[in-house]
Amino acid sequence: MIQTRAPQSDLSDDELAQLIACPHCDLVYSTPHVARNERAYCQRCHSVLIAPRRKAGKRLIALALSILILITGAMFFPFLSIGAGGLSHGTSIVQTSFAFTGMLAVLTPAILAFIIFIPMARLILLIYVLVPIIQDKPPAPLARQAFRLAEDLTPWSMAEIFAIGCAVALVKLSDLAEVNLGPAAWMFAALMIIFVLTDSLMCRYSIWKSLEP
Amino acid sequence: MKTAREMGLIGCQRCTRLSPAGTEICPRCGGKVQSRDPMSLQKVMAWWVLGVACYIPGNLYPMLETKTLVSTQSNTIIGGAVELAQHGNWGVAIIILIASAVIPMAKFIIILGLVIGVQNGPQISDGLRQRLYEVVEYIGRWSMIDVFVVAVLSALVQLQTLVNISPGRASIFFALSVIFTMISAQSFDSRLIWDTGNTPKPDLPPEPVTEKERSA
Repeated sequence: MIQTRAPQSDLSDDELAQLIACPHCDLVYSTPHVARNERAYCQRCHSVLIAPRRKAGKRLIALALSILILITGAMFFPFLSIGAGGLSHGTSIVQTSFAFTGMLAVLTPAILAFIIFIPMARLILLIYVLVPIIQDKPPAPLARQAFRLAEDLTPWSMAEIFAIGCAVALVKLSDLAEVNLGPAAWMFAALMIIFVLTDSLMCRYSIWKSLEP
Repeated sequence: MKTAREMGLIGCQRCTRLSPAGTEICPRCGGKVQSRDPMSLQKVMAWWVLGVACYIPGNLYPMLETKTLVSTQSNTIIGGAVELAQHGNWGVAIIILIASAVIPMAKFIIILGLVIGVQNGPQISDGLRQRLYEVVEYIGRWSMIDVFVVAVLSALVQLQTLVNISPGRASIFFALSVIFTMISAQSFDSRLIWDTGNTPKPDLPPEPVTEKERSA
């Protein structure tokens, strides 16, 4: 067993940069070498600390761009329509958020933000941060602020939850009426899958390391 | 092994960088760092109370109002599920009950339990507490699904005189309850779980476990 010197608090800044603290339980480790297909876990709380992926930057940019295109397209294409008893009605994604009227209208901007603006803002920030990194250029101006904001927005980006919500609504309606899915509905379905892929590629440690001033 | 705090250091929760005690801005990511957030539990409880307070009208008021040629019907979340069950649609009824009633209640109970565990000493293992905290943080945003379903149903089902669905007053309380509960869970500093716990710290070597994965 390799016995490493117990770290002291009078470590120099360079030495501190060689250590990592588990963000969930505060244990201090010396930074391990993690290969491209490995993950480093905290021994105590089992949080993933480092999980670099091959060409993660390029793949993340590609996925983020495709989600951006899908969301933009989904805003303009027909979304869902129903027919029953000779009557029919269609809705777009933007109209969906305008379903709340009167006192409930305060929900409209919130829902637009959750399903369109926050996901888009987060991905644009991510692309802005990653493009100089994959080109081995110095980080973009304000890249650290941009990535911090992107991280803060993550829990509030709910496009994939909206996609599942549509599926639930369709199940509820299937007995009552005939429901037709427009192109926008399929775009949201595709978008859900890409979101999951994006999450599995994100290694926050690696990104922060390359943004370090 | 030691925690950053025991070593007189501050670990950044965003980027894992260590800085000497007294540092306020992390040198790597530029974010604010704190050894522990002294106000963490107060913030958690304040948002928790707001979340519970909004959850009650969210369940008492109607979530959906359905107007047909002959009748107008208002349904609360639970009422809607009960009605589905009475029509024999048990599967969907149970899913709705779990998603809209069991999960929100479980979130409130778990957050309260985590706070009590930090203040009065834990009754369950630290690993389980960490797991529960992660589940609450992960699942919190998914509760917004009810609000989205209401939005889609009300935007879609507008068939002139035949049938119209519109959102009820509960939707705004329910949405606020989800938002407040998310902020409550985010305010919880999970390092407090391990500070108050009794899991022995692993021995040296002080390197994390690395594990190969099937896919690259």
